[in-house]
Amino acid sequence: MFGYYFNLAMLSLKRNKVLTALMVLAIAVGIGASMTTLTVMHILSGDPLPGRSTHLYYPQVDPTPDNSYYGHHKYPLPMMDDRSAVDLWSAHRADRQALVVDSAVKVRSPDSSLPLMMLGMTSTTADFFPMFGVPFEYGSAWTPADDAGHARVAVISSNLNARLFGGKDSVGKTLRLKDSDVRIVGVLKPWRPIPRFYSVAGGIGANGQGADPYAKPEDVFTPYFTGLEINDGNFQQYTCWGNPPVPGHLENSPCVWVSLWVELGSAAKASAYRDFMANYVQQQKALGRFQQTDTRMLDLMGWLDAEHVIPSDAQLQMWLAFAFLAICLFNTVGLLLAKFLRRGGEIGVRRALGASHRAVFAQCLTEAGLIGFIGGVGGWLLTLVGLWLVRRQQTPYSDLVHMDTAMFTMTIGLAIAVSLLAGTLPALRASRIAPALQLKTL
Amino acid sequence: MHFRHILSALGRHRIAVCLLVLEIAFSCAVVCNALFLIGTRLERMQRPTGVDERHIGQVHVRSVSATSPEAIMAQTRTDLAALRALPNVVNASIVNQTLFGHSFSASGVSLSDAPQAPTIHVTQYFGNAQLPDTLGLKLAGGRWFKLDEFVSDEQLEGEGATVPVIITRALAEHFFPGRSAVGKVIYAFGTNRIVGVVDRLVQPRDYGTAESYEYAMLFPVDLPYAQGTYLLRVKESEQRGEVIRSALHALKTDGPLRLVSPKDATTLEAARAKYYRNDRAMAWMLVGVCLLLLIVTAVGIVGLTSFWVAQRRRQIGIRRAIGATRGDILRYFQTENFLIATFGIALGMALAYGLNLLLMLHYELGHLPAWYFPVGAVTLWAISQIAVLGPALRASNVPPVVATRSV
Repeated sequence: MFGYYFNLAMLSLKRNKVLTALMVLAIAVGIGASMTTLTVMHILSGDPLPGRSTHLYYPQVDPTPDNSYYGHHKYPLPMMDDRSAVDLWSAHRADRQALVVDSAVKVRSPDSSLPLMMLGMTSTTADFFPMFGVPFEYGSAWTPADDAGHARVAVISSNLNARLFGGKDSVGKTLRLKDSDVRIVGVLKPWRPIPRFYSVAGGIGANGQGADPYAKPEDVFTPYFTGLEINDGNFQQYTCWGNPPVPGHLENSPCVWVSLWVELGSAAKASAYRDFMANYVQQQKALGRFQQTDTRMLDLMGWLDAEHVIPSDAQLQMWLAFAFLAICLFNTVGLLLAKFLRRGGEIGVRRALGASHRAVFAQCLTEAGLIGFIGGVGGWLLTLVGLWLVRRQQTPYSDLVHMDTAMFTMTIGLAIAVSLLAGTLPALRASRIAPALQLKTL
Repeated sequence: MHFRHILSALGRHRIAVCLLVLEIAFSCAVVCNALFLIGTRLERMQRPTGVDERHIGQVHVRSVSATSPEAIMAQTRTDLAALRALPNVVNASIVNQTLFGHSFSASGVSLSDAPQAPTIHVTQYFGNAQLPDTLGLKLAGGRWFKLDEFVSDEQLEGEGATVPVIITRALAEHFFPGRSAVGKVIYAFGTNRIVGVVDRLVQPRDYGTAESYEYAMLFPVDLPYAQGTYLLRVKESEQRGEVIRSALHALKTDGPLRLVSPKDATTLEAARAKYYRNDRAMAWMLVGVCLLLLIVTAVGIVGLTSFWVAQRRRQIGIRRAIGATRGDILRYFQTENFLIATFGIALGMALAYGLNLLLMLHYELGHLPAWYFPVGAVTLWAISQIAVLGPALRASNVPPVVATRSV
């Protein structure tokens, strides 16, 4: 039966090519616009560590003397002073914990002919790599003993390895960071968490336009204390409530500039850790180091949400595109209604010859679905054009934008769903056509 | 015209009319809000900075090897002299943060030295004596810094410092509404007496509330090049590229080995364009969506009206046969469309207002100004009249003889 309806639908579509083209175009444009923005949102709002992210948390404490330093934030500052961060880290109350601080460092390699480069360096602790599931190409992460011993070791990105050593195994080679030599112990596989969730905090400083949460991970990773030693004088504070005695040297300064990430395997552990943090700040208050006792600990996705990582423009564009799709839908409903009712005579004959309401309804819906399918293919092509346009814009995330299988399926599915939805009302009206009245006019 | 007849005829196509009304209403709501969003973006991109942007280039230089602070300071003076001596350069200066740049330096400022006094965070520009002239700042009151007032940044941040400050007019209005700020004292780095007020200078990046964009302070600080960016003021704006190239060359050939990269050298206008690129992209996208929406709406009107014309071919023939002119038929369809569009626009206005309230909840956006409503209404009336013209003309061309045929 479907095959017959399909043939009828094809015939009907061919009969009025202009009207068909208009309907297909309306659906294609609506689908193209909404799928382009939805694909961008899908990429921007994705979980950077699926399966893992629910166990990762971002603790915050408040080392400021009074809460005027919050600016327009209602919660503790998004980074910590180094003393609090190291205290919490060295307590080892979580399953895993890592300190994270980024800085810019001058890099050179005696084993490579490349000139001196200014690169980003993430100084962190050994748990960073297993906790965030960072894949290694060669070698491995450093050990907790390296953290404790301020070992002169480093892990480099696959990109830097390609630039310095042509992508060969460079474990054991030497890298000169500022004025110190470090030994490479590991080389990462290409790794691009989207967003770069572990250092999004600096980004809100300037209405979300400051640091870029969709940037690539830094090229050099060193143990936290090693990094602090070798790149002393080049650290940037998130904010300060007094002047740091030496610019760029932030240890024990009245500044927040370090992040801490913890992995807590269960809700019970998370609640125990919150108690631990509450105890810690009470203890620090008793010692006179803290004045405030506010703490907060969000999980990874909650933290990204709180930091407004997803650009609000992308959200606005998505809503706009769906309003656009709704208008295209109204348009299609109107045109389908016109098309079906115009064939009142034909439908009347079919009804008189014994076709049921249901059969007429099914036939009309088949036609609507076919329009939706063709519109969906058109919409998919327009989405590819739209994504190409997004890639050409120089937004920080433009190089990430591409269409995957899920989004392709969704494009076609959405198109057919939309056109079936659009077809329901006109098909209902068509199936209610009284045969007698139509036959009289023939 | 025969409004009553038209209304009763429309009553026979309730669903189709409702669809058309809804389509026009939604288009109206989205187009009004999209135009408003475009307007706010353009307004944002055109905010004046108080700086003569067309004549400024900037070069950022980083040190490679550790040298003494005195040596860096001496090198900075040599660099500035060399830059000033370049052809077509009017003045050269050094500043701690550049407009539209990445860094943002700010301090808490209050009107009292009591620890509990309310503070606001205000951005601060540190620069040498040539900075106001290089940027092309205009003095609104008081005076510029005297040459003996310039200090090092350690001295500025030292205990009990009393360095003078120049603030912007907007900040002066905030602290001393209706009074002259010159001679008054603010507390940022110790005690700072205001010696001058500049007409306008803005934050390097948007930070905090919209009013605070024009809050800024200027301190007399001689910076070493490692902590700042060189600014160059050129005679003619066309020479900027050439001047930046010769500045890079001069900095590379003179002094110790340093990182001098074309990546860190740009014109202020290029930095502005880069800073606002998201806003520009968004504005263009909204323009595209508005156009597409209006086209889709017009297509809908053409489609449904064509259908009605085909359906009423016989009735049109009868009307023509009993004396209606072509003009009568044309006007009938035009009036019918005008009525539908009016219903749609009326509903659309309410929707536009609702959508605006919804957007205000989620985004930093003001009220939709009232004049957008008539503009949106006239646009949609015009579009729907243009769309209906084709089918209506076809209807007016239906010959009276149709009435005598059975089909």
